Amino acid sequence: MYVAVKGGERAIDNAHAWLAEERRGDSSVEELSVAQIREQLKLAVNRVMAEGSLYDPDLAALAIKQSRGDLIEAIFLIRAYRTTLPRFGGSNPIDTEDMVCDRRVSATFKDAPGGQVLGPTFDYTHRLLDFKLAADGELGKCPKAESSDAATPHIMSFLDREDLIQSEPTGPETPDDLTRTPLELPASRALRLQSLTRGDEGFILGMAYSTQRGYARNHAFVAELRIGTVAVEMDIPELGFAIDIGELTVTECETVNQFQGSKTQPPQFTRGYGLVFGMTERKAISMALVDRALRWKELGEDNVGAPAQDEEFVLYHSDNIQATGFLEHIKLPHYVDFQSELELIRKLRREAQSTLQEAAE
Amino acid sequence: MTDYNFAYLDEQTKRMIRRAILKGLAIPGYQVPFASREMPMPYGWGTGGVQVSAAVLTPDDTFKVIDQGADDTTNAVSIRRFFQKTAGVKVTEATEEASVIQTRHRIPEQDLRDDQILVYQVPIPEPLRFLEPSEVETRKMHALEEYGLMHVKLYEDISQHGAIATAYAYPVKVEGRYVMDPSPIPKFDNPKLEMAGIQLFGAGREQRIYAIPPYTQVVSLDFDDYPFEASKADHACDLCGAEDSYLDELIVDDEGGRMFMCSDTDYCAGRRKQGHVGAQGVPYAEDAA
Repeated sequence: MYVAVKGGERAIDNAHAWLAEERRGDSSVEELSVAQIREQLKLAVNRVMAEGSLYDPDLAALAIKQSRGDLIEAIFLIRAYRTTLPRFGGSNPIDTEDMVCDRRVSATFKDAPGGQVLGPTFDYTHRLLDFKLAADGELGKCPKAESSDAATPHIMSFLDREDLIQSEPTGPETPDDLTRTPLELPASRALRLQSLTRGDEGFILGMAYSTQRGYARNHAFVAELRIGTVAVEMDIPELGFAIDIGELTVTECETVNQFQGSKTQPPQFTRGYGLVFGMTERKAISMALVDRALRWKELGEDNVGAPAQDEEFVLYHSDNIQATGFLEHIKLPHYVDFQSELELIRKLRREAQSTLQEAAE
Repeated sequence: MTDYNFAYLDEQTKRMIRRAILKGLAIPGYQVPFASREMPMPYGWGTGGVQVSAAVLTPDDTFKVIDQGADDTTNAVSIRRFFQKTAGVKVTEATEEASVIQTRHRIPEQDLRDDQILVYQVPIPEPLRFLEPSEVETRKMHALEEYGLMHVKLYEDISQHGAIATAYAYPVKVEGRYVMDPSPIPKFDNPKLEMAGIQLFGAGREQRIYAIPPYTQVVSLDFDDYPFEASKADHACDLCGAEDSYLDELIVDDEGGRMFMCSDTDYCAGRRKQGHVGAQGVPYAEDAA
């Protein structure tokens, strides 16, 4: 007699115990600390914060440790934690104009007030494995410059002064919150941007790349890419003024794209926008390109049927937590449904075969 | 566990979900958008059902979770444990004793009473989704009661296969108005959708909740000359001998030998307790697990 396996509970407990052991790996190798991850795998931490929509480097580092370096799993941990947090209120919009920049480059002007600052970039490294790093982590000396108080105005503001860049309509005071209201279409630009900034880096990158290769091409110049820290301020009703409650590192990208114009309107450049937590410039540039592609309707362009123009396609499929959950759920038992298909296909085949037989006789 | 609110979700969120549930009950079969939260289990693994359960559970409830009809499938175990931990509610495997039952892919064999709630986990709430991928379009179709596409699909099935080739998630029409996806239950379960209990459907990833109030008319779509037929494997349960229950098919040897047993484990155990023995069964003994 066959009795179907019972004991799911014990199996789950044992699987979890094994997982914990695997996470630790060879115990003769020193354990990784959360602080080491936070400091030395900073870009992974940044990605987890950005797509987890929660700015907390310590928690993100913990999530990476717990998830054995599976960043989507880590993002999931952060998202699940985030939903349980109480909301005290909303901050004032951050002012990226006042950013203390670690990096600030423009591809459109050779120089501008604030200057070009490369910052800690991989850009001009030769991608050669550094075997010295495997042996020891000794650092060379990093020269330091005096910090400057000079303002770093947005490059766009110079185009704006000449009225060359299209101006953005001001939206409602407080935009909808993607995490608090169900996404309904058509979505406002604020909602689209929220969705893109927490969307999967790989997906957004692929979408952006597709626009560069001609699926809704709209050639983008990176007017400005800036990475640095901004203050977060919040209005405290009891005080009657805003106070600083913390500091964020963000990456902002503004692109200048080709112009529109009409008989009544002289041509103007248009823009795409990307803003992402942490030092995440690949994501921010991708976001700006996809943002621009999604704006075809408000800018009076044609829908050429490109994937990156289809907001339903982009917004519904950019979230890696939704995607991975649904994708991986197909490993759950489906034997009830499969059973009903089995019966159906057997029945259909029986009928088809008897019809064939009759025809042959 | 004291770090989280009763049944995990905060009260604000539960209120939001309850409002969606009430709206769903008021418009049977209509998909109500709701601000689905990230849950500590993956999307696609019952987050919609879990959020609905969290919103309806009270400390006095007795909770049952089934997946494929069974209480001991891994994901059912995981969800049951989640509520044991976060809500501390009583749990049971007995359909009879449960006041809230969360299910994936089945309706219990035993008829539910009017003081019971059945919560379904729904992967794709939109019955028209695989005919029309755009949500903007399908919402329009529901609003206009434009279901021609669905009938064409069923007709094409018949012309190609000689029968409607949908075996699970078989579409229904609720109270003569909305075409609804009953979640991926086998069509064997469709007639049971007209019941005394409240039925709530939660789709977490797709951010939709819908409902069937007690004693609501639920009609499986068909044609006069090709009427709907609830079907199951043409066998009796090999453990309890039941001929009226939905069966799982198991491969028992490497010669392709088969065995059939009730997918509803509680129903099967109940019958065996009463002394029913199937062809390959043995008399019931206090748990052989």
